[in-house]
Amino acid sequence: MHPALQGIITILVGVGGCVGYFYLSNQFLDKVLCPPRGKNAGRNINRANIIRPWLFLLPAILALSIYLAYPVIETLRLSLTKRSTLPDGSTAYAWAGLDNYRQMMKEPKFWEALKNNAMWLAVVPALATGFGLLAAQLTDRLKWGNIAKSLIFMPMAISFVGAAVIFKLVYDMRPIEQEQIGILNALYLNFGGEAPIAWLTTPFWNSFLLMAVLVWIQTGFAMVILSAALRGIPEETIEAAIVDGANPFQVFFKIKVPQIKGTIMVVWTTITIVVLKVFDIVFAMTNGQWETQVLANYMYDKLFRSNDWGVGSASAMVIMLLVTPILVWNVRNARREME
Amino acid sequence: MNIAGQKSGLSWAVNISVVLLVALWLFPTVGLLVSSFRTSDQISTSGWWKAMFPSQQNLTLRSDAPELQVQEGDLYVIEGLLFADGKDVEISVWGVSSREIDSYSAGETAPLKKGGEVTVQADGRYRMVNTEPFTGTRGTRIFVTATTPPEFTLRNYQHVLFDPSNSEGMAKAFINTLTVTIPATIIPIVIAAFAAYALAWMEFPGRALLIAVIVGLLVVPLQLALIPLLKLHNEVGIGKGYLGAWLAHTGFGLPLAIYLLRNYMVGLPRDIIENARVDGATEFQIFVKIILPLSFPALASFAIFQFLWTWNDLLVALVFLIDSTGDTTVMTKQIVELLGTRGGNWEILATSAFVSIAVPLMVFFAMQKYLVRGLLAGSVK
Repeated sequence: MHPALQGIITILVGVGGCVGYFYLSNQFLDKVLCPPRGKNAGRNINRANIIRPWLFLLPAILALSIYLAYPVIETLRLSLTKRSTLPDGSTAYAWAGLDNYRQMMKEPKFWEALKNNAMWLAVVPALATGFGLLAAQLTDRLKWGNIAKSLIFMPMAISFVGAAVIFKLVYDMRPIEQEQIGILNALYLNFGGEAPIAWLTTPFWNSFLLMAVLVWIQTGFAMVILSAALRGIPEETIEAAIVDGANPFQVFFKIKVPQIKGTIMVVWTTITIVVLKVFDIVFAMTNGQWETQVLANYMYDKLFRSNDWGVGSASAMVIMLLVTPILVWNVRNARREME
Repeated sequence: MNIAGQKSGLSWAVNISVVLLVALWLFPTVGLLVSSFRTSDQISTSGWWKAMFPSQQNLTLRSDAPELQVQEGDLYVIEGLLFADGKDVEISVWGVSSREIDSYSAGETAPLKKGGEVTVQADGRYRMVNTEPFTGTRGTRIFVTATTPPEFTLRNYQHVLFDPSNSEGMAKAFINTLTVTIPATIIPIVIAAFAAYALAWMEFPGRALLIAVIVGLLVVPLQLALIPLLKLHNEVGIGKGYLGAWLAHTGFGLPLAIYLLRNYMVGLPRDIIENARVDGATEFQIFVKIILPLSFPALASFAIFQFLWTWNDLLVALVFLIDSTGDTTVMTKQIVELLGTRGGNWEILATSAFVSIAVPLMVFFAMQKYLVRGLLAGSVK
């Protein structure tokens, strides 16, 4: 069957199935199980009202438990077991305690990934939020501010893989006797560099060039959110500061930034999560070679290249562990907001 | 504009900074776009930023073969044009040996090694004259330094998208990507809309807990789900394929969908819903006839998110979709493959990447309003 046709059928079955489920289950509830008439009308209405929310929620709860909740537990379990193939071809899982974690700790590549992730965490959220704040403030009162914002925001729509290609061209290197086609080397030679540099294979600095790609993508996100926050600052506070003789920089740093601190935190943590999960950029540009490994790519390597599910799951749990503080913080904020 | 905290002297500085910032952000993408319209020769001999201007190039060209010579009295003559007709080229200097490519200026005459002489004009016309017949099968090499006007071609796009003999398979990958994306965008919306309505407007025990769980699941890295779900898919017989990818994208998209839609629905006016309830409408009717139409902006926001995310995704496709036959490959995977095997073929890479970037960019510029709205509602406050 042609995949496009298969796709259309899936849409019809999927959407039709969902709508059909919701419609029929509600009909069943109202007509058969608890009809709101007869001698038990009152009781039936109450019962229907208790059952109905769960009818509406059931598909979502099923999907969430199978696709997100169960994997967390299963990954934890896999990280504590050793998988082996029995002579008859079947696979067996044996309890391994913390062996996988111990083995992971012994691998230099893991420590390299952890170190790089720490650098990414220190650099990317800070730069993206900083540039975003700068762009939001500068474009705020500009006539063509919306066009400028649109253009800075645009990389959000570009895939990490597309961005990897874009930046590979920027970092391209040709031998010295040829003309450089990568703008970074062209500029470097123009400003007194002696020989072109193979940027992506130069350890330590290459990690920062990969980070630049993510900063380039995420700045637009930070700008959009912070720009809305800046607009929400009451004018009176700013006017009062100006009347008191504050200069524009003081207004920005002492009046505006403190008032949008909460939003800055939200942007920062959201980008932090993106950074912890970053995979495509490294996978496409260096594949973790030349000391650019990060946790997500390390995990992919373990799971699908070395086929080592134990250590792969253990490294996935490390990512989960790093995300957990933000998870808790988000949940607490959301609960506080609802009360 | 004193309210803004800006003095007019500062306003210049602001304008210039924004121009610089925008240029910096735009430059990389423009580079790839321009490159996708150049031939591989052009890409590898000069930077894309020179493509807008006439460029000076060193070219190795060939005269016509000796079999085309004509006799004029005692002389054997080969005449012709070094460039294709109609090209606006200007030759400054030229030579007949690879070691001396700039010994003659346009209009001068040079002796040929094998006898006879050749004259080359600035516009590329040449005339070779000899008293003996020219021999050999191929024309004489002529080295020129010429200024050529900027030149762009659509041939890369034609090759990548429509040439059936190309090995990159981008046309098929484009269809495959579309096949993944559309169901993976629509199905979570339907499921999430019902759930969001229940979470926003129905009273039941455990509601607050459920909302907290969904906020928590928002940030669970999908890396954790790879192995357990692949195992599950293999056990229940789905294996690798579209169905698995659709289900996975649905599962991973749901928390954001429910969160966004619930936040929006909670803000709808209470009166409308309660009046409808009093009038005897069932919950199902209220949902379909009132809530869904009113929630259109939030539905659109999430649809754009999910579309961009599934279209641009690599990881889910690698794990749940692409089997060993590679029939179901998507564009992101093809591009990574090209980066590995044909890292030097920039014309193919740039064009393929732009084919894959073009659709999200169009969606982005057409629906930016909803995207921004969704971002503002979706970031946990």
